[in-house]
Amino acid sequence: MAPAITLAAEAPKLSAANTGFMLICSALVMLMTPGLAFFYGGMVRVKSTLNMLMMSFISLGIVTILWVLYGFSMAFGTDSGSLIGWNSDWVGLGNIGLTELWPGYTIPVFVFLVFQLMFAIITPALISGALADRVKFSAWALFIALWATVVYFPVAHWVWGTGGWAFELGVIDFAGGTAVHINAGAAALGVILVIGKRVGFKKDPMRPHSLPLVMLGAGLLWFGWFGFNAGSWLGNDDGVGALMFVNTQVATAAAMLAWLIYEKIRHGAFTTLGAASGAVAGLVAITPAGGAVTPLGAIAVGAIAGVLCAMAVGLKYKFGYDDSLDVVGVHLVGGVLGSLLIGLFASGKGQSTVEGLFYGGGLTQFWKQCAGVFAVLAYSLIASAILAFILDKTMGMRVPEDDEVAGIDQAEHAETAYDFSGAGGGAAKTAATAPVAAAASKKVDA
Amino acid sequence: MKLITAVVKPHRLDEIKEALQAFGVHGLTVTEASGYGRQRGHTEVYRGAEYTVDLVPKIRIEVLVEDDDAEQLIDVVVKAARTGKIGDGKVWSIPVDTAVRVRTGERGPDAL
Repeated sequence: MAPAITLAAEAPKLSAANTGFMLICSALVMLMTPGLAFFYGGMVRVKSTLNMLMMSFISLGIVTILWVLYGFSMAFGTDSGSLIGWNSDWVGLGNIGLTELWPGYTIPVFVFLVFQLMFAIITPALISGALADRVKFSAWALFIALWATVVYFPVAHWVWGTGGWAFELGVIDFAGGTAVHINAGAAALGVILVIGKRVGFKKDPMRPHSLPLVMLGAGLLWFGWFGFNAGSWLGNDDGVGALMFVNTQVATAAAMLAWLIYEKIRHGAFTTLGAASGAVAGLVAITPAGGAVTPLGAIAVGAIAGVLCAMAVGLKYKFGYDDSLDVVGVHLVGGVLGSLLIGLFASGKGQSTVEGLFYGGGLTQFWKQCAGVFAVLAYSLIASAILAFILDKTMGMRVPEDDEVAGIDQAEHAETAYDFSGAGGGAAKTAATAPVAAAASKKVDA
Repeated sequence: MKLITAVVKPHRLDEIKEALQAFGVHGLTVTEASGYGRQRGHTEVYRGAEYTVDLVPKIRIEVLVEDDDAEQLIDVVVKAARTGKIGDGKVWSIPVDTAVRVRTGERGPDAL
């Protein structure tokens, strides 16, 4: 995120252009969560499609309410101990003036907070890909609320809040490599180590049921990511947001190509899923780095992420952890790569004058990046595992095995994703719908 | 009467249909099926994980004919279905006791 721009002695004035741009960016970031839902939803088997979609959508509901009540205050309120924020005026968002500016910027507080809300929504949704087919929906909903409170709000404060330790140390995270992707990826690993594998992992075929849905989701993510990345500069007064926009496109293109070439050599085909996964890996990796590198640097960051993430998704079979849709392999690995590569590829001509190793800046920034990466990784991994452990011991995280095998959609949502039979699967109205029908016919009689 | 069943490659359907029409067959039933014979399946790769898909898509064509036409009709189907490559499928026939045209109630060969 941008450092506060204080133009000489002049206090920033509200910019309608920046405000409009940031509201559009907020809507773009919102669209990423449904995009993610389809990206993940197409990758599971038919029987758990709806559950996968709902695991993302429910975050739009829960985190929004928490953000209004106390989330924004915790993440961006007055710092205490470099660890957490608080501002009681922001509880409920009722005492914020319409034209009150976010300190040091040209956009209202309301614009800043809604943009940041969309980040808080998608981060827990990202975790859900590792938990496919097997998590009780009520337990997932509660997990989101607890995780946002205990992990996301504090980590967002460390990385982006004034006074947060990583922010003050000078860790560069333009749009959320640490706070969003490493955070979600490490959390996914923590939770799956507690709840275990899907029934039949490594034995049953678990092919994606709809690659067109995956491609649709990847396309929506790519589109929305321009808002996520370019918007993270919170304005367009110095062109850094536009550099980020360009680098987002460049790194994503490079990563998609790199993943495809790697798997053509290694597995013999250019796969659709490889194209979608490579694109997402590139988007993840450029997220922290895009403001610091040149477009050629972005090609390097994207290509490295494309190949290494393609290699990393195989690790789960080797080590036996069921990261169902590769949240660790893509988001954790991609986030770590993007964050660390800043220490090598920062050009000094983007968001700041900080130079990485390849531009004569030595390893100073690299060590700072390491500190940010590993602190977020360790905290999120441990805290998420503890949360999952508590939920598992109290309400139970997993659905009964029978329900998991038969399909979580019917067990948890009382629906099926697709009706393939012309006869409607033999569906008939039951007593539950009768009163409505009776009431309707009464009205006609009268 | 005989029921001729052919399980063949999906892309041969149009040729088989045309050949049967030319032969004078007035109706047939087609269902999508999956299975394997000597052809076995194929391999798919998802993020580096290889899956053997052993059931491949086929279509099943069913035609009811009079006993005298059965052998000749089997030849017609086989000729139209053949590509010469592995996986072309199978054709067989079984005897049928009776058949009824639902609309009129006609029975036996009249119902065909």
